[in-house]
Amino acid sequence: MELFNGGQISLSNIPVLTQQGFRARILDRCHEDARLVNLFGHLGTSGQVRLSAILGLDEEAGLEILSTFISSEAAQYESLTKDLLQAHLFEREIAEQWAIQPLGHPWLKPLRYHCNYRSATDIWKNIANKTIPGEYPFYAVGGEEVHEVGVGPVHAGIIEPGHFRFQCHGEEILHLEIQLGYQHKGIEPLMQGQDLKRSVLLSESIAGDTAIGHSTAFCEVVESLSGCIISPKAQAIRAIALELERLANHIGDLGALGMDAGFLPTSAYFGRMRGDYLNLLLALTGNRFGKGLCRPGGVLFDIDANMAGEFCLKLKKYKEEFQDVSDLLFSRPSVLARFEGVGVITPEDAQKIGLVGLAGRASQLECDVRINYSSGMWQFHHVPISLGATGDVYARALVRRQEILRSLEFLLKVLPSLPAGEIFTPAGPMKPDTLAVSLVEGWRGEIMHVGISDAQGGFARYKIKDPSFHNWFGLAYAMRGQEISDFPLCNKSFNLSYSGHDL
Amino acid sequence: MLKILKTRFKQGCRTILFPKAKAPDLPQRYRGRPIIAGQNGSIDLGKIFFNPDSDIVYSNDYSMATSKREDLVLSQEREMALARALNERMLKIFGRSLKLRQVSAGGCNACELDLNVLNTPVFDLSRFGIQFVASPRHADGIVVTGPVSRNMREALLKTYEAIPEPKLVIALGGCAISGGIFSDSPQASHGLDTIIPVDLFIPGCPPHPLTTLDGLLRLLGRISS
Ligand code: SF4
Repeated sequence: MELFNGGQISLSNIPVLTQQGFRARILDRCHEDARLVNLFGHLGTSGQVRLSAILGLDEEAGLEILSTFISSEAAQYESLTKDLLQAHLFEREIAEQWAIQPLGHPWLKPLRYHCNYRSATDIWKNIANKTIPGEYPFYAVGGEEVHEVGVGPVHAGIIEPGHFRFQCHGEEILHLEIQLGYQHKGIEPLMQGQDLKRSVLLSESIAGDTAIGHSTAFCEVVESLSGCIISPKAQAIRAIALELERLANHIGDLGALGMDAGFLPTSAYFGRMRGDYLNLLLALTGNRFGKGLCRPGGVLFDIDANMAGEFCLKLKKYKEEFQDVSDLLFSRPSVLARFEGVGVITPEDAQKIGLVGLAGRASQLECDVRINYSSGMWQFHHVPISLGATGDVYARALVRRQEILRSLEFLLKVLPSLPAGEIFTPAGPMKPDTLAVSLVEGWRGEIMHVGISDAQGGFARYKIKDPSFHNWFGLAYAMRGQEISDFPLCNKSFNLSYSGHDL
Repeated sequence: MLKILKTRFKQGCRTILFPKAKAPDLPQRYRGRPIIAGQNGSIDLGKIFFNPDSDIVYSNDYSMATSKREDLVLSQEREMALARALNERMLKIFGRSLKLRQVSAGGCNACELDLNVLNTPVFDLSRFGIQFVASPRHADGIVVTGPVSRNMREALLKTYEAIPEPKLVIALGGCAISGGIFSDSPQASHGLDTIIPVDLFIPGCPPHPLTTLDGLLRLLGRISS
């Protein structure tokens, strides 16, 4: 069944296949031109779990949705992962959330250490009382000269917690396993229920550096379910905020990359410049991360001609500054020597893993929701895709630089010609028993929210997917054969969200 | 080299003069300390989300950090009591050099990001002798962010225990102070002070870097009301 970004479908219209049919269809489509965008469980009416898969047909801007039922007595199905790597983390999530066994899953380990959502016996006994990593069976490499390095959960800097287990031979990393879950606070169940005013605040706190991206996705789901069409002006303001968010994060990342390559001047400048964009968000929304802007029905803060003019003046100045400093960074031989050839992911591997966003683009994948699944403002303003060629740290840095310039161009084009009109029209009640999807190109990549409405005007199930969910495995994979001292740099080049993964 | 110098020259000095001079004005839409006049009942700065679509009217004042949890509860009868300086003994130890370890425990990460900003040239935290260090054993205290998720509780306690006495504890952001937006989740705690004693509460979601800097400097007796 075809769906589009921002579209909705009644639960009863989602095709139900047999378990074999479901599996075969997903594998067939994904071995052709589709991609596994989402795979999740929700409760069916008679207590069984319904697994739904959403496949992305990037070239046609289409989404295909299909489902199958898993009975509560025989809570198992044949794993997809053994034939489709993209399903790996989704299946682990389903096993943990719904106590359903994916038979033959090659890497079945807990993800976030919590008890399942249907009060059945957990697949991992007593999981919710264990501390991570607990008895987690890390993959171990044998041999006399092999040694193991464990890092985290508490790291050296002011960053989020996670555990990294390296298997090394001398300096060389043979294998890296990343165990997260420390940031788990149970956002998905909190988003469910009737209090949408609270849910929108939660959506702003899925990943603080992506508050605009995730709250936009949440609002689009509610708007889709309530048939609310937001004004062109509200769409424009959301898009402006999304690009400011991208700019702040990309610039901060370039600074951090310079720092890890041992070049300090640019990291200080970029660090401060990142603040300039956060301050624009502050001027617009009253919060440096844009919390408080997006609400179902539009936005809460307007941009008048004065503000638009002021923003443009500043952005022109910022653009010049950026060009100066980024020329400095990208012309340092010592920096380039550290960036080039480190943490390479080939286009074939990127496709297999299912990388999204800037990490995918750095490995030549043409994935950008703003282009492939354009909605809102992006239907009228085309941003060219920024692709890297080499799939290494250098490519991930270069894609950021290109996107910064393109976001600036976009803002300078949109701000002077903002549409007139209202910024907010309250969204009405949501259609019951309906599923809606929204895709947003956050600065890291593809965000997907799926909301399933209940009959009382709230959500029966809310599924969140941060791009980091796809990309963490990419980071682990990129480290193979690298030196352990390259890890910080390579990690920065992905800069993934722990919170967005752990939910 | 010339290029580096040229860029350095162009960039100039960007550090704000605060606290010697007034901090730069925050934009009019910034939501700082709530205005109590005209409010019924009380407002708990540790529990609100500083969102625009609430009944609260916000001022532009970024000073909000307190020494006691109950000082965050404002009402007509209760004026804001901002953080007080540490006692003389503690000031002697920490006043000129304070090394902090940050522990992120289940939040959304915006608190950490805006804490990190204090290290940029704009705020230049190190000019006050305050520094973030990697090892808890080198630290004089911890700054905790997030609602202390169940999965981070043990790591947090271990880090806390590894810090030599006497030590300071700072709860940064609504999540750390009360569980914040996640307080209804079985995965979240309901305030850092229910787990370990806290010396400084810095409210916000996330707190503006100036709110944090102001709180730290008050604690060290560098600003007094
Ligand atoms: S207080 Fe707000 S900004 Fe800070 S971690 Fe919690 S949700 Fe994020």
